[in-house]
Amino acid sequence: SLQFGTPRSVFITSLIPVGTSIMAVEFEGGVVIGADSRTTTGAYIANRVTDKLTPIHERIFCCRSGSAADTQAIADAVTYQLGFHSIELDEAPLVQTAASLFREMCYRYREELMAGIIVAGWDPRRGGQVYTVPVGGMMTRQPVSVGGSGSSYIYGYVDSNYRAGMSKEECLKFTAEALTLAMERDGSSGGVVRLAVVSEQGVERQVILGNQLPKFSTV
Amino acid sequence: MATVSVRQYHRGGFSFENCKRNALLEADINKLGFSSPAARKTGTTICGVVYKDGVVLGADTRATEGMVVADKNCSKIHYISPNVYCCGAGTAADTEMTTQIISSNLELHSLSTGRLPRVATANRMLKQMLFRYQGYIGAALVLGGVDSTGPQLYSIYPHGSTDKLPYVTMGSGSLAAMAVFEDRYKPNMEEEEAKRLVRDAIAAGIFNDLGSGSNIDLCVITKGKVDYLRPHDVANKKGVREDKINGRPETGNYRYKHGTTGVLTKAVTPLNLEVVEESVQTMDTS
Repeated sequence: SLQFGTPRSVFITSLIPVGTSIMAVEFEGGVVIGADSRTTTGAYIANRVTDKLTPIHERIFCCRSGSAADTQAIADAVTYQLGFHSIELDEAPLVQTAASLFREMCYRYREELMAGIIVAGWDPRRGGQVYTVPVGGMMTRQPVSVGGSGSSYIYGYVDSNYRAGMSKEECLKFTAEALTLAMERDGSSGGVVRLAVVSEQGVERQVILGNQLPKFSTV
Repeated sequence: MATVSVRQYHRGGFSFENCKRNALLEADINKLGFSSPAARKTGTTICGVVYKDGVVLGADTRATEGMVVADKNCSKIHYISPNVYCCGAGTAADTEMTTQIISSNLELHSLSTGRLPRVATANRMLKQMLFRYQGYIGAALVLGGVDSTGPQLYSIYPHGSTDKLPYVTMGSGSLAAMAVFEDRYKPNMEEEEAKRLVRDAIAAGIFNDLGSGSNIDLCVITKGKVDYLRPHDVANKKGVREDKINGRPETGNYRYKHGTTGVLTKAVTPLNLEVVEESVQTMDTS
């Protein structure tokens, strides 16, 4: 029954924008990264077309999950630090450097932050790399990494379907399908699938709209 | 993972000690059965839309203090710079002060660069300040404007996250307004269509949300021109009382004709006051 002045807290449990499915895969020559596009404040979708693939440098991206405010602030700070570092070096920065900067910040302020970040990109020294910096501030390199609230539902799919040495197209298909499955099951993930390929040639971005997502069993 | 608590050297940054103290005091007061005074919130429906030539910002005009309307006609569209305006929802004092601080800093920045300020700059300044205060400044903003890069619209949350979008709504009436936008928004609308859309979105908030009400203010920003329409639409006109005689309302009018009250007796007593001392002190008004 509707009372006079139904408190908003009944509908909105968290006023902090959160929620996500993100993924990154290494391949020969670069990385494929992907994310869903939903930002939620409780049960309301604050932004249904969010871009969670944030450029940190020309060929280095980060996938953001967790608190939108925290990850945006961290990404802005790291973008500044990496840009400065790159100018000092007069060289393209290493993906590992970017990941280290993220780790420094996420570990130092671990009590105050809620941020799960996947750093992925291409550099001339080591090619395509994916580093994961989950909540808590650890940093490790992985050939394939998933993150966000929706990732829980696709670990099985990713572990069973990943093969080393996939081509760029195979990686794109793999990422799109994995994220679609995550979005299907996780309430905090949804919208469109944003993909990007980062390689020596640069960055190619694409969007897969809702009706174009791969179809699985209709149970 | 266990968190080991060790007294750490206090690094730089804002100290939230007082926030902890306030939370404890709040709990104690509630135990005694009292409630601390409610901060004046703006309730609110605010929204913005990007159209062909610029942006249209809209807001209602009700400010609430708990369940009472504190201000029936407050202004929620704040000036940031000649080409950038910002609607504010949340704690009224926070939105007012935050927009004024950023407006001031942006003017200084603009004088330093010698250029018209950019919307993205205002967005950066606002988000960095709000993040620094970790959400304790309750300001949810819709920032819009036109600069050399084109028309832009941002929604800014109290914790410091921002979204750059073609249409946004904020405040307690945001769901009602967003429903209107999701139904009728089209890219590259004409000015009249955009104004109608924003007006209808705010109206949806006013009539379906208890925290929003009164009039609809609009702000149309284009390259080189700003139309601050306050009010654009008086959606809630105060009614005129039905009971009138010869056009003047009967009740609530305390002017009575001579002779309405009968005078029975009259006694006049002059008070003879003696002037004891008289002194004049001139004030220096130069």
